[in-house]
Amino acid sequence: MVENRPVLNFLAHLVLIIGVAIVAFPIYVAFIASTHGPTDFLSGLIPMTPGHNIWHTYGTMLTDGMKSSGMPPLSLQMGNSLIMALTIAIGKIAISIISAYAIVYFKFPGRGIAFWLIFITLMMPVEVRILPTYKVVAELGMLNTYAGLTIPLIASATATFLFRQVFLTIPDELMEAARIDGAGPLKFFWDILLPMSRNNIAALFVILFIYGWNQYLWPLIVTTDTSHYTIVMGIKRMADVTDAQPQWNYIMATAILAMLPPVLVVIFMQKLFVKGLIETEK
Amino acid sequence: MKRTTFNQRALAYLLIAPQMAVTIVFFLWPTGQAIVQSFQQEDAFGLHTNWVGFANYQALFADPSYIQSLEVTVIFTVAVTFSSLIVALLLALAVDRTVKAGPTYTTLLVWPYAVAPAVVGVLWWFLFNPTIGPLPYVLGQMGYNWDHSLHGQDAMILVVIAAAWPQVSYNFLFFVAGLQSIPASLREAAAIDGAGPVKRFFTITLPLLSPTTFFLMVVNLVYAMFNTFPVIHATTQGGPAGSTDILVFKVYEDGFVGLNLGSSAAQSVVLLVIVIALTAVQFGWVERRVQY
Amino acid sequence: MAAITLEAVGKTYTGGVTAVHSIDLDIADGEFLVLVGPSGCGKSTLLRMVAGLETITSGSVTIAGRKVNEVEPADRDIAMVFQNYALYPHMTVRQNLAYGLKNRKMAKAEIDRRVDEAAKILEIGAFLDRKPRALSGGQRQRVAMGRAIVREPAAFLFDEPLSNLDAKLRVQMRGEIKQLQSRLGTTSIYVTHDQLEAMTLAHRLVVLNGGAIEQVGTPIEVYRKPASTFVAAFIGSPAMNLVQAQVEGSTARLGSAVLPLPEGVTPGPKVTIGMRPESVKPVAPGTEGALILKTAYVEELGAHRLVHGQVEGQNFVCALDPEGEVGDTLTLMPEPGAVHAFSAETGKRLG
Repeated sequence: MVENRPVLNFLAHLVLIIGVAIVAFPIYVAFIASTHGPTDFLSGLIPMTPGHNIWHTYGTMLTDGMKSSGMPPLSLQMGNSLIMALTIAIGKIAISIISAYAIVYFKFPGRGIAFWLIFITLMMPVEVRILPTYKVVAELGMLNTYAGLTIPLIASATATFLFRQVFLTIPDELMEAARIDGAGPLKFFWDILLPMSRNNIAALFVILFIYGWNQYLWPLIVTTDTSHYTIVMGIKRMADVTDAQPQWNYIMATAILAMLPPVLVVIFMQKLFVKGLIETEK
Repeated sequence: MKRTTFNQRALAYLLIAPQMAVTIVFFLWPTGQAIVQSFQQEDAFGLHTNWVGFANYQALFADPSYIQSLEVTVIFTVAVTFSSLIVALLLALAVDRTVKAGPTYTTLLVWPYAVAPAVVGVLWWFLFNPTIGPLPYVLGQMGYNWDHSLHGQDAMILVVIAAAWPQVSYNFLFFVAGLQSIPASLREAAAIDGAGPVKRFFTITLPLLSPTTFFLMVVNLVYAMFNTFPVIHATTQGGPAGSTDILVFKVYEDGFVGLNLGSSAAQSVVLLVIVIALTAVQFGWVERRVQY
Repeated sequence: MAAITLEAVGKTYTGGVTAVHSIDLDIADGEFLVLVGPSGCGKSTLLRMVAGLETITSGSVTIAGRKVNEVEPADRDIAMVFQNYALYPHMTVRQNLAYGLKNRKMAKAEIDRRVDEAAKILEIGAFLDRKPRALSGGQRQRVAMGRAIVREPAAFLFDEPLSNLDAKLRVQMRGEIKQLQSRLGTTSIYVTHDQLEAMTLAHRLVVLNGGAIEQVGTPIEVYRKPASTFVAAFIGSPAMNLVQAQVEGSTARLGSAVLPLPEGVTPGPKVTIGMRPESVKPVAPGTEGALILKTAYVEELGAHRLVHGQVEGQNFVCALDPEGEVGDTLTLMPEPGAVHAFSAETGKRLG
């Protein structure tokens, strides 16, 4: 700090407090809404103080869902989201780290082509090729399966490049020393490279878990069977149900539960989260 | 690649095979399909496909709804990018001034990034609900009759806010990192040279922050163009009257709901060209940064 | 323990660049051989070919009578100490030392015995359970040597192992390596760009330049009879003075100075004369045939002083006793037999 100006310091805190308030406001309103009974919304304005229906709302949603609209219990949807997030995160890390290992530590014909093929996938977000990708998945009989939900999202140029970067910063001599110490490629990978990449893997895992949990478009089109609904897409299906009025208390309870796991991950693993975020953008 | 490499080729192919398989089956093949289909047309019964050259593209750019979608996308993208950048910069500068409380504020400001865009959309949809939402109530008190299901402008403001909200956290983190990487000695030197805080910001901080800003601009453009589908889909569904019908939403609607394969494929290719251009800009920047 | 033989060993990269030209060397069992030369001279490449980290594109390397061209590094029975130590950062010192032995499926008791013994020799017993990150540069260096020792290999290969240490530590570690090698008697090949390290450590040193051998010999041979101007300038500090002179009969003329040429120098119009700074001495002004040094500046080193200047427009340095004042000009004479002559065209030693 170059100098101490009380006015500027006060202004800084003011800006930050307003910022925090704006960030927190929607969540506060959502939480309040989820604690009220369905009839409390008929009066015309959302209540701003907590209601008494919290246990009933969350209990119903977690165990029964909204039967009237064919919505499965949230516990099931959250389970599906968890499966999807974990499979995508672990799967992406696994296939990226081994392909980066092949690209950095091996010399083989086609290495350059493989690198470029991975690179150009950066330029093909799922939104752009949604219909043909859907058809491929349909033809492979992967609609309404966990495989269909996760495998098409599992290739990642970003993760591969991250690991490539990590491996390139590891001194060449380490691999040479390991070879002299009698370690073959698999042993070197398992004994040296993997433990040395632990922090990067953890950081990437945090980012990819959030990415996987928050998937929306893909589950929306590959799951029509309610047993494979994820909570993030389920919330929309629920809001669509227009029997008279959407049941806001239930929808907001769903919203709270849908955001809770990734938000907790960010808050409790903030360091890894920031590291992962900054590294994946290099 | 390393100075010395392993020479077990079979193992190398085995290691790279899963990534290649997924990439080819779910990325390259569908993208190739989209490109091929953009030059084809199916007859009414879906029995025959004919090569039609650029007819799909011509039809696309002759379609007023597509032109409108382009315009909407530009407005939406620019609005999301700049609003989230400016708010994030303001917050980052504030955090940079606070010494002790910085980490606490940071924690309180970063978590929205973890909220799914679809959930964010539903939240703001609720807050702006014309009958029960608190914001239209406040606006009503001020004499403004908010209704995003009728007024295109209201709908646009709604989706911009919803799309920018989580992105502020992201930009904030990068700005904080960028500010921290500016050596304190530079600002001290400027202070000794007689520059006040405002002057210092515009002559020292902002120019030194420009690489970060440029990088974030590209990332935000990509985000606003391609990753905001859930926000639109969970809220306005492109309405009213196409006023929030951004390109990625339209390609989904025309392909999935309208089942217009040729047009949808042509739209995919147009989007592909845009991503490639943005990626090229982004990598051009990375290359240059390496030079420092 | 073993002898190492290099026969016409060469390295040409796929692009056609040749890093090492056909090198022949016989390294005796227990010998400490130092490869020395400036960066890019091929010394590291040569060492890495012996280690098996670079493929050998021509010739053959034999370790203990076995040709090892196609043998994996792990199976060549060698151990290597790297410039950056290459310690596994996530393993403790003990795990670092034991890793290579474990990979060879050695019995646990034997591993422990060897690790403890190496720790005792290198005095690293106190931090066997620490990670390399928690060690100082000198301690890391010891661990890197420990990793080589525990293997009890046929040969040690050192790739600039002291370059990352500060000057004081480097001198200390240099002494320790020398003692260690003579105590263990393990054949060693040591690569360095530092001529002082080469001089102090080597039984024999090999001066490399541009991928080829300039000279092989004991340190004193190389110092006393450098085979070329390259070696003359490279070995010894401060470097040997090299000046151009005219040949006149059996003497060389440099302005007013007349210097005796060694016997057997074929007369030519020009010759390069080499004189070590410590082998020229001041003589009375006006002495016939003496060198006249115009002084530019003086560096006081305590034990002696270096006077920098020019002789007949050519740079020249001499090392003098630090007594008295240094005038604007010095009159100098080389000690008998201290004049080296090199071909002005090829730089090769004459006589």
